Amino acid sequence: MNRLRAPHLLALVFGIAFLYLPILVLVLYSFNASRLVTVWGGFSTRWYAALLQNQALLDAAWLSLKVALVSASLATILGLLSALALARSGRFAGRTLFAGMIAAPLVMPEVITGLALLLLFVGMDAERGFWTVTIAHVTLTACFATIVIQSRLVMLDRSLEEAAQDLGATPLRVFFAITLPMIAPAILAGWLLAFTLSLDDLVLASFTSGPGSTTLPMRIYSSVRLGVTPEINAASTLLITLVATVVVLASLLIKRDALART
Amino acid sequence: MARKSLGNIRRSFAPWADPAATPLVRFDGVTKRFGDITAVSDLSLTLYPGEFHALLGPSGCGKTTLMRMLAGFEPLDSGRILLDGQDLAGIPPHLRPTNMMFQSYALFPHMSVFDNIAFGLRQQGLPREAIAARVAEMLALVKLEGFAGRRPDQLSGGQKQRVALARALARRPKVLLLDEPLGALDRKLREETQYELMDLQAELGLTFLMVTHDQDEAMAMADRISVMERGRIAQVGAPEEIYEMPANRYVAEFVGDINVFEGVVASVDGEIVRLDSAAGLLILDDPAPGLAPGQKASLALRPEKIDILTAEPDGPGNKAAGEIWDIGYLGDFTMVQVKLDGEAGQLVKVALPNRSRKTETPIAWDDRVWLSWDVEAGILLRG
Repeated sequence: MNRLRAPHLLALVFGIAFLYLPILVLVLYSFNASRLVTVWGGFSTRWYAALLQNQALLDAAWLSLKVALVSASLATILGLLSALALARSGRFAGRTLFAGMIAAPLVMPEVITGLALLLLFVGMDAERGFWTVTIAHVTLTACFATIVIQSRLVMLDRSLEEAAQDLGATPLRVFFAITLPMIAPAILAGWLLAFTLSLDDLVLASFTSGPGSTTLPMRIYSSVRLGVTPEINAASTLLITLVATVVVLASLLIKRDALART
Repeated sequence: MARKSLGNIRRSFAPWADPAATPLVRFDGVTKRFGDITAVSDLSLTLYPGEFHALLGPSGCGKTTLMRMLAGFEPLDSGRILLDGQDLAGIPPHLRPTNMMFQSYALFPHMSVFDNIAFGLRQQGLPREAIAARVAEMLALVKLEGFAGRRPDQLSGGQKQRVALARALARRPKVLLLDEPLGALDRKLREETQYELMDLQAELGLTFLMVTHDQDEAMAMADRISVMERGRIAQVGAPEEIYEMPANRYVAEFVGDINVFEGVVASVDGEIVRLDSAAGLLILDDPAPGLAPGQKASLALRPEKIDILTAEPDGPGNKAAGEIWDIGYLGDFTMVQVKLDGEAGQLVKVALPNRSRKTETPIAWDDRVWLSWDVEAGILLRG
């Protein structure tokens, strides 16, 4: 590997600092013994302990986790189906439109999606809470799952499936014995992405949640408006750790899968 | 008059010459289009039980499509395919008594060698012991005993090829389809595998249909070859028929090296035809019913059927003078290009077999030479 020259190194350090310094500060101050957010009072884990006593925050975290688990699972199933339609059904009528609609949430401003969903739920007179937030999250994350799974399906050697069929397997058997195991890493990666997207979403949840269904990002956001406490720093640090772990896991899965195919 | 036999092989297996023989597979006016492109065009072909048949042609000639239609992967636009007298229309691939060895081998990467070979047997619902016994038998057949637990990525190219073969043979198909079976192997391994495949086919008495673009492979392995050109069969025949009696210029030029002398028929005397060409008056002995003086015709001549002489030969046979233009020493023979005298200056390829290690009459660039060939050596092509 080439050694970086000084200007490049400087640019790299600056870039990383620009992106991650704020987060680093947040993480550091979550271990601050002082109650004052901007004054360092020595190392302590007292805010993590206090976190466990904060029932409102714990409730919000539990709700977020439930929403993320359910919405990621639904999004992955929908993503798998739409990926199969896009990668395997040839050029059916409306394919371009369908592909565009699948990708639209990637570029659609979340505020618009959130507002639209809110109007829909109000119009339907649906009780806002766990399910409305979950459905909102599925609309956002299904497209990510679709893209991850579709790209794997497109790369999959068709002759594998043909060979299985040639050897006497029905199309359904081919899917479960060959296709599904081959794309399993992509399905898992899609699920993990959907999970993290749901876990840290604030905008959609703000529009679609109801009284008594406050997600963790919403709770953190509302607490901050009353003043940042080291407790929030601690909660955020835990959230960052969780999300970072999941994202790293997902990218490792995709990378390992790509390596295995070369 | 009894004509001499073609090539130097005496074949005993020739059901296609027997009108009473029952065909195994019949392609009957089969057509397949992809958009505007006609991949296979009104094609008919018959395969006999125990035959090793090769579909030979350049890429895009429709040979793979034809095979995939038999496997059931491509629906027909028109025509029909009969197997054992049964029309295959509407029968999906997993219910057809054919199995295919894919060009990429298509081994299931998430399964062991054992599970790969057992896959087709499990679909048949065979009991566990029967499957284990059959897999062991197949592994012995392809000489891979002890490899059952390996994963495909732990195998060499040659081993993968054998596993793919064992997997395709495990269900005892009525027809085994081979898509470029040796394409991914290196030269040495290819030759070995070639003869192993032939032995296997003879031993099991199976019918093989092979797709290949490699004429050496087709010539060495097949009982009969179908040479394909743009969705049609240009000629079907035993390798020696294809080589020594090509039906047209396309076949003559696709299979092996050939020199073509274009000309006009000067006279027809029984089976002796005289042709007026840029290389002089050429004589050939090839039956040509209906050929009349004045018609356009060509003489096609294989490089190994020409002699190079240093002096003008006696007698009335075919001869042409020229000088040596290029020499390529290939070991088993030397490929010499001779530029004929005259305005056209046609280049003629001559293959000189190196039957001795040393020679007293070596040739060199720019040597003046005479070419000579037998009247029976040339092939008459119309047009």
